[in-house]
Amino acid sequence: MVNATAADPRARRIWDELATISDPEIPAISVVDLGVIGSVHVDEARVRVELLPTFVGCPAIGVMQERITARVSELKLAPAVEVVVTFDPPWTSDRISAEGRERLRLSGFAPPQRMPAGPALGQLEELAVLPVAACPYCGSRNTTLDNAFGPTLCRAIYHCGDCRQPFEQFKQV
Amino acid sequence: MTAVAPDLDVATREALAELLLSVADDEFIIGFWDSEWTGIAPMLEEDVATSSIAQDEIGHARALYELLGELTGQDPDRIAYGRQPDAFRHAALLNHARGDWAFSAARRYLYETADAVRLAALARSSYEPLALLTGKMRREETYHLLHAEAWLRRLADGAPDRLADAITSLWPDAQEVFAPLAAEESLVRAGLLPEPMANLHATWQARVRPELEPITGALPADAPTRDGRERRTDAFRWLHAEFTSVSGSEDGATW
Repeated sequence: MVNATAADPRARRIWDELATISDPEIPAISVVDLGVIGSVHVDEARVRVELLPTFVGCPAIGVMQERITARVSELKLAPAVEVVVTFDPPWTSDRISAEGRERLRLSGFAPPQRMPAGPALGQLEELAVLPVAACPYCGSRNTTLDNAFGPTLCRAIYHCGDCRQPFEQFKQV
Repeated sequence: MTAVAPDLDVATREALAELLLSVADDEFIIGFWDSEWTGIAPMLEEDVATSSIAQDEIGHARALYELLGELTGQDPDRIAYGRQPDAFRHAALLNHARGDWAFSAARRYLYETADAVRLAALARSSYEPLALLTGKMRREETYHLLHAEAWLRRLADGAPDRLADAITSLWPDAQEVFAPLAAEESLVRAGLLPEPMANLHATWQARVRPELEPITGALPADAPTRDGRERRTDAFRWLHAEFTSVSGSEDGATW
């Protein structure tokens, strides 16, 4: 995500550091590529990182806050580091970067479908019932949705009709 | 104009706290009832789905208790686990034990449809933290609603009598999701609650009657009651003892 303060070399260092922090539930993707970093601000007193949870009840939020606080504190750019959870803007699956989508696919997750017209709720209702996800193993679109609810809040379970693999999709939300 | 907590006078703040508590308690209690199915749902896929939905709901409750804590200075964990059963403000719909699968599916449909109407309103609240949170919650609840609708259709086809009995018995208590709040007028005036509960109730009934009456026959013209969020049952007292058993075993423990 582009950030207004990214021109600030300190903010840039923080973004670079964040890009090396993995998502606790899907380690193949960084918190930056996942799109959960809303903003980074630095002044003389503190670093403030805004964290946008993928799901409100995501149990990894606390772990992310701790990891980010620890790693950004090591940069010693300001006396205090705060990682604040916010829903402004709401995280949507469209925030996952192109790089992040590719990393998901390489680790066996179908990336979420993109919203046709921004994060409108009606679009989501249509997408949520459309059982279309490309198989991350063979690329086939001959797949069926087994369960809209998977092993974590953000994952759905599919089956590929061609290579016969079950696979998970990062849900569009 | 959007409101932030310090702008609110004491009376409005108390009214807002009552609203937040009612929504949070609904999400918290339905989440715990759903979690009673973990491991014993009718099929593995449903076991995963019900557990995932339960986790979502309890996560929503946590976020709402945190908003409430910011408003009142209380510790969110104490609000969730430190109250006696009579201090809970969930709707009477959530007083019942999980029952059989048709009963749980019927309740989930009634609750999800009512919650969807309520969240659509709260996402327009002038209290910005609540509007932002409920806006995000709606995106997740979309999946719950679609799932509840799918089960309604499936059971209407496969177990219509059991489903009809469950809906009919839960119907009066389902109205109580829209039970009037004590200081509702001031909430509506300030835009904190964008529409009176009576309007939301009418919207909900207009939406679900055409779906339910082909299954149940004509449903009575029930309306929410004043004490619809104050009645407690032995089933709820049992659940309360369950979900406070860990927190109650060592007061103030952290992990």
